[in-house]
Amino acid sequence: MAGYDVAIVGAGIVGCALARRFAIDGARVVLLEKAHDVLDGASKGNSAILHTGFDAPANSLELDCIKAGYAEYVEIHRRMNLPLDRCGALVLAWNDEQVAALPGLMAQARENGVEDIQPMDRASLLRAEPQLAHRVRAGFRVPREALIDPWSAAHAYLYQAVQHGAELRCRAALTAADRLGERWRLDTTAGAVEAGLVINAAGLWGDHVERILTGESWFQIRPRKGQFVVYDKPAAALARHILLPVPSKITKGVVVCRTVFGNLIVGPTAEEQDSREVASLDSQTMRDLQKTGETILPALAGHEVTAAYAGLRPATEEKGYRIRADLSRGLVTVGGIRSTGLSAALGIARHVADLVGLRAGEAQHWPHMPMLAQEAQRDFLQPGNGGIACHCELVTRREIEAAMSAPAPANSLAGLKRRTRVTMGRCQGFGCTAELSRMTEGRFTQPMTRGDPDAD
Amino acid sequence: MQTDIAIIGAGPAGLGAAAELGRIGAGHVTVIEREQVPGGVPRHCGHSPFGMREFHRIMGGKTYAARLTAAAEAGGATIMCNTTVTALADGPELQLTGPEGTFTLSARAVLIATGTREASRVQRMIGGQKPGGVIPTGALQGLVHLNKQVPFRRPVILGTELVSFSALLTCRQAGIKPVAMIEQGPHVIARSPAALLPRVLGVPIHLNTNIAAIHGRERVTGVTLTGAQGGRELECDGVLLTGAFRSEAALLAASGGVIDTASTGPVVDSFGRISMPGYFAAGNLLRPVETAGASWAEGKRAAHAIHAFLRDELPDRSLNQTLTIASDTIRYALPQHIAPSGPGRHQQILLRVTRPVKGELRLSQNGQIISRRRVNAMPERRITLDLPEQPGTGAFVLSLEEAA
Repeated sequence: MAGYDVAIVGAGIVGCALARRFAIDGARVVLLEKAHDVLDGASKGNSAILHTGFDAPANSLELDCIKAGYAEYVEIHRRMNLPLDRCGALVLAWNDEQVAALPGLMAQARENGVEDIQPMDRASLLRAEPQLAHRVRAGFRVPREALIDPWSAAHAYLYQAVQHGAELRCRAALTAADRLGERWRLDTTAGAVEAGLVINAAGLWGDHVERILTGESWFQIRPRKGQFVVYDKPAAALARHILLPVPSKITKGVVVCRTVFGNLIVGPTAEEQDSREVASLDSQTMRDLQKTGETILPALAGHEVTAAYAGLRPATEEKGYRIRADLSRGLVTVGGIRSTGLSAALGIARHVADLVGLRAGEAQHWPHMPMLAQEAQRDFLQPGNGGIACHCELVTRREIEAAMSAPAPANSLAGLKRRTRVTMGRCQGFGCTAELSRMTEGRFTQPMTRGDPDAD
Repeated sequence: MQTDIAIIGAGPAGLGAAAELGRIGAGHVTVIEREQVPGGVPRHCGHSPFGMREFHRIMGGKTYAARLTAAAEAGGATIMCNTTVTALADGPELQLTGPEGTFTLSARAVLIATGTREASRVQRMIGGQKPGGVIPTGALQGLVHLNKQVPFRRPVILGTELVSFSALLTCRQAGIKPVAMIEQGPHVIARSPAALLPRVLGVPIHLNTNIAAIHGRERVTGVTLTGAQGGRELECDGVLLTGAFRSEAALLAASGGVIDTASTGPVVDSFGRISMPGYFAAGNLLRPVETAGASWAEGKRAAHAIHAFLRDELPDRSLNQTLTIASDTIRYALPQHIAPSGPGRHQQILLRVTRPVKGELRLSQNGQIISRRRVNAMPERRITLDLPEQPGTGAFVLSLEEAA
């Protein structure tokens, strides 16, 4: 049985960041993921924003992790060729109540160390964002809120971990755990592993994994669904900033923002549900999101929707992060990481490494990620790219090959989509499905088709 | 690079235009095709009949695509495959990208014939989960006919357009047994005898029904139906989204071309001229969707308009009259601008209706009816109305008087 220093359960954004941190710091790491590919749970659907933490709970671990995560992303993104669009955010008030809430929000931002916010009146908002509905009242600008690629960031952390010796096991759901003296024995659907330390980063399954490890769980996952609609590329020209509403007591509300891929998204909803498996889209909700988008940017009314998605955030019965280290039991739990997980992941990883007492190492390898941002020098512009396979998103055959021979190669169409954007454009696979199926035949653990038509 | 006439898209319309431009000696033609093989959609249609109008014999899609390609090449056209146009600029000048990176192509005239695609599940507002196995007909045909692969065994088919029955044939060839066909409206959209096919194959058709939600995590496990079959769950392992075509006009829109949101294609005049000088459009890009033969004929017609344009023989655009639609029942009509007579002119108005309707279609100018015909029309079916040879001045108004 393979022996490791650390076994991380769950290869979402947090698991990948943890694997990177621990591998760089010299630990022998195994990352266990129950799905065919990484980022298959909460991390597959979010709003792709790198937050400053201006609206996070004051003096919280969450705020600390967001700020540390933001700083480290800014520090490393160029070396890994990761996009960073510092477009800034506008917090918008549309009625008296929201206008009255602005001073408090700005005070909180300053208290959280985000001092560069700028109050804006109606006229300056409309100058900054000419397509905004004219009934906007007032707001403020948060200059450092930024857009990133939510998947290439996580893949970059994972690839760097693998380059530093970490091992990824997919389709490895945890089935049983035993504490044998100072070490753990973990049984998974992809074999058993032994490790000194187990980090539970299982996201939507955090409480479930906690029960397998210890027989009980000190928190309870209460999944919160967020649906988004994605507009086709021409709509991205309608918004320069991330457009945030004034949050209510119940929800942060619906955001309108561009993506680094050159689309425009409207979402998320916040819907409590029991299932941690099913993230369903609802047609009426999608139409309502379109309407909400149009009340903020009226010109959206003439634009086409390309896609929609729903993500589940692993909320718990409490608002804060549920991070706890029990080193006598060789266990660290990283639970309840909701929508700020993308921004905070690197900060969480550093925090956990500190809890464990690991000395910060120096990275020896830096993966160079494929740059998928719309405005970047994409691969289709470069010679030797093999031609374009996915025409809507201009994905080249060379990019697809690279994703299938990466340090952690794509194992499913979903994994390939997140690594390259194939089939994520306006035709949703009308043009490229057949070629993708040919290119990936025999190479996915979750194949695109059901084999030969003559066989049965 | 430079050419006389650049054609974007090597499908029936583009290749039809290329062959005709070669035959009449209009100049050097360069056809740009993003796929690795020319021929367009017929290339991955396993079924006949293709080619009656063009070659006076019935053939399969692959053979037909090869014949179209050969005819274009015989006319002297250069076909550049595996090459994608990323932007249209004034000149005309095209920004292209291929395996060796980017380059530009200038031309004296450009024909855009980028065809059509089916609406995605989100454009149809279908809710539920997002498992594998939800695909449009275009993808199914590519998988079955080009790859010999099957995406599912027991899918439901959404839609009853002509392409839906083509999909049904593709399924049968691949040993796929659809569990049902779902039609939102009260009638099957395609004309019989295609509509008899499901009965022959034992596939039930549910009318006045829609798919509200798709279930499954990795693979489709079922769908929820609404409408006449309301609240019903249907087990299946895939969803085939057929029809609901829209123009592949993204390139045009991104480059500032004017789009008709009703037809989803570019606004054109009687010669297929779009809003950008030197650019023409033809085929299914204009009005999704027509047969390969209709697209081919339209490419051929466009060739004559382009030839005349290059010799400066087209009437000035300032003589164009706007076509106004004065009926909610008419979904779209084109050309949206009507020009005086000239070579390669659309001789008819082409339109679609929003619902089943009986009555009289009327084209008026200055309050006078100048063209009329009786119609008994269904949505998605081709309707035409003759245009007068030499229209006078004044805007055209298209109306539909319903029979009492």
